[in-house]
Amino acid sequence: MVGDSLFLCKPVDRICAMEISFTLNGNQETVEIEDGQTPLLWVIRDVLGLKGTKFGCGKAACGACTILIDGDAVRCCSYAVQFAEGKEITTIEGLGTPDNPHPVQQAWIENVVPQCGYCQPGFMMATAALLEKNPAPTNDDINHNIINICRCGTYCRMRKAIHRAAELCSQDNRVPAEQ
Amino acid sequence: MTETKNKAENREPEEQAPKKKWSRRKFLVRGGLGTMGVLALGTFLFRNPIRRAMLGMVDTMEPAYFGQGTEVTLWFEVIETNKVVFHSPKVEMGQGTFTGLAQMIADELDVSIDQIEVKAAETDTGVIDGLSTGGSLSVGGLWQPLRELSATLREMIKNEAASQLGVPVGELNTADGVVSGGGKSKTYAEVAAEVSQWEVPSTPELRPTSQYKHVGKPVPRIDLQPKVFGDPIFGMDAEMPDMLHAAVVRPEHVGAKFKSADTSAAESMPGVVKIVQMEDWVGVVAETFPQALAAKRKIKVEWDVPKTWSEDDIRDMLTVGKGNEMITQMQGSALSPDDDGIIEMEFTSPLGAHAQIEPNGAVASVKDGKATVIISTQVIGITRNQVAEALGFSVEDVNVVPTYLGGGFGRRLSTPHAIRAAVMSRETGKPVKYFFTRKEEFQHDTFRPPTHHVMRGKLNNDGLLEGLEHHYASGDVAINSLLIPGFANSIIGADIGAMRGGNIQYDKVQNHRSVQWHTTLPFATSWWRSLGLLANTFAIESFVDEIAIKAGADPAEFRLAHLSDDGNAGRIKAVINKAVKESGYVDEVKDGRAMGIAASIDSGSPCAHVVEVSIEDNRIKVHKVTCVLDCGLVVNPDQVAAQCEGCIIMGISGSMHEKMTLRDGKLYPTIYGPYDMALIRHAPDEIDVHFVQGADKPLPVGEPPMGPIAAAIGNAVRRLTGNRITDLPMKLA
Repeated sequence: MVGDSLFLCKPVDRICAMEISFTLNGNQETVEIEDGQTPLLWVIRDVLGLKGTKFGCGKAACGACTILIDGDAVRCCSYAVQFAEGKEITTIEGLGTPDNPHPVQQAWIENVVPQCGYCQPGFMMATAALLEKNPAPTNDDINHNIINICRCGTYCRMRKAIHRAAELCSQDNRVPAEQ
Repeated sequence: MTETKNKAENREPEEQAPKKKWSRRKFLVRGGLGTMGVLALGTFLFRNPIRRAMLGMVDTMEPAYFGQGTEVTLWFEVIETNKVVFHSPKVEMGQGTFTGLAQMIADELDVSIDQIEVKAAETDTGVIDGLSTGGSLSVGGLWQPLRELSATLREMIKNEAASQLGVPVGELNTADGVVSGGGKSKTYAEVAAEVSQWEVPSTPELRPTSQYKHVGKPVPRIDLQPKVFGDPIFGMDAEMPDMLHAAVVRPEHVGAKFKSADTSAAESMPGVVKIVQMEDWVGVVAETFPQALAAKRKIKVEWDVPKTWSEDDIRDMLTVGKGNEMITQMQGSALSPDDDGIIEMEFTSPLGAHAQIEPNGAVASVKDGKATVIISTQVIGITRNQVAEALGFSVEDVNVVPTYLGGGFGRRLSTPHAIRAAVMSRETGKPVKYFFTRKEEFQHDTFRPPTHHVMRGKLNNDGLLEGLEHHYASGDVAINSLLIPGFANSIIGADIGAMRGGNIQYDKVQNHRSVQWHTTLPFATSWWRSLGLLANTFAIESFVDEIAIKAGADPAEFRLAHLSDDGNAGRIKAVINKAVKESGYVDEVKDGRAMGIAASIDSGSPCAHVVEVSIEDNRIKVHKVTCVLDCGLVVNPDQVAAQCEGCIIMGISGSMHEKMTLRDGKLYPTIYGPYDMALIRHAPDEIDVHFVQGADKPLPVGEPPMGPIAAAIGNAVRRLTGNRITDLPMKLA
């Protein structure tokens, strides 16, 4: 645990509003939060110390903070932490590891997709969610579902990588997102 | 440090020598730095970097490394795991520079790519970049000095190994970080561990590029793994122990000045540690970022707003004929506006935002007379100097720790947030993290300036241009930038940033000129990827295309007819010819699709695009872009292609989607979405990149492919619809 003083109550001068439990990348986590409206993004980044989920806009407009909540792609900068109670949450850190990459990550590596890299975790999470629901997306499916913003302009490689990830998923029958 | 400084002063005469003396510079080696077995290799660079920068940019357009050098600097470490750590003066913002530099090192140092670790150099111990990471100059600028440093380090290790192994140096070979010969071998790390005082030989001859095993190959980016697995590598991810979070109140109105603030309501908000009120700004420091943000909303600031600026005010200021006039190119005589044969068209481009996804910010710690600033910055030296000045510290007492950048594009060439983070750390006695909200990013960007262009041309009886003129008005790009000292503007006269791509490239047109009208707007406009190139090329290449149609000529042939075979004109010809060939360019509408062509040259790298478009649901759809770039020697074909793809998509976004506007004195939009940008659905189905090698060294890559994209799309749309697009962002009539 990193940043344990953040958000956590000081019993002397504060009243604890709530205690929230959820599964994060397979681990049970419980956080004490004063304000249940606090965006889940800041709890993940600053309380639980996982920095792979990015802040881009704070208004669910760019998708840099996309994570999986019960398998759905969610922009967690605008998701109140109080709604996370009992949910299964996956961030980029839980998607795969260098030794055991998720097919989406494998496809991203094969196609050398990232440039600056800042928006990429959000895109990979959105892609993982898409493939779970639609194992063989067409370009149209991609256009309608992958609506994050990449300023470096890696879109053409992403499109190739998404198709490649679909191919990898079908080959090894691996469940697209860690549950 | 005292000793090294004295040595630096003694070296004045050589420091003022021209840059060609790179190969004759000497190294200073200091032992005992860092951990055991560490090799420290430093060098002096020349003084007066700004002057060299100006000369490099304006005179030769030749990339060079503008290091700031009156201190010993640390370039390489050989560590115990037999890896070489390279402390890069240039930062990695997605442009692939770290990978390109590693390839150059590997080929002269005889180590494998995965034996090289590239780190952005901290100012405390590293090479301090006196200018910036930008201008597409990193790989080209370090091409000569970095290979020389690598080759010298290899020889130093070999020389030491010779005495350690008792084998004559002539019998030793180096490969994969191992010196071997006479049946014996040692790793570089084993050699380095036994050396206390290094001897520095004269710089060895560099190998011919044909012998290189890494340069020229599509080596995968060395930062793939951290970027695919979500490692905390960005400025936004930085933390320090006991760190607090801050927010600063920013005005919404353009030109607003801070008068006073009522902070009473904010003081009692949860988590608030301190309200920091300075002469011209007020910030709040709290335990968490959401707390700082909530408290900031309770601060009531009174702003002095001298004028409520409108969109019309800006357009009126930015008109050819207003502001400071400077002829930036002149050949033959001027066209007379009264001449009946003159063809004239006007073009405009809007105010644009950088919109990089990582907001600007910094983590600063000020304690015991020392400051540390962790930051995504393109100007490490300037950031350090500004923080030092604001705190009243000497620059040696400020350590800037650069991180990976979540996009640069020119947005991180000014870092006032570093100063504010440092001041708030000083005021609270704890490390402070401070970054912009997205609204602040949009309203307080250093924008891409809007432009206005008047093109004039005249055809002769042979259907060729006898005169071509580009008159253009732009806000600041280089002028008022910290990168360019004020006196330089008065020497050069023109804004050299707004000028990029503004000159006429068609050397066979007898009378041609380019005239700049410069205006400083009431909000900051500055460097944006490729500077004036996108808008200037849009105007010139759209106009030339229209003239070709009037002349009844094939647009590619028409362009080629106005280019000689010499120098840059010949290189532009070569990229046009290759683009025509590779794309199968034809000047006709077929199956609802049409092609458009355009070309430009930027910083010595010519580029031509052929695009194929259709109209779908009354929107322009770009299907394919064939890109031909001559960036000289291609260090990494895959990553140069990635930069071409990035420029094309950012150019599509910048010319078909993006626009900032002024309403009631405030800049809008303040969020993505309303600030319309290209998404994956707007990306071409295919981007096909080809190279022409018109020079034997690497030339700029990261910006030149931005040039022709808007014009090429407009030219294709003209074929398809009969209508000429003259204003960005593009709209169908």
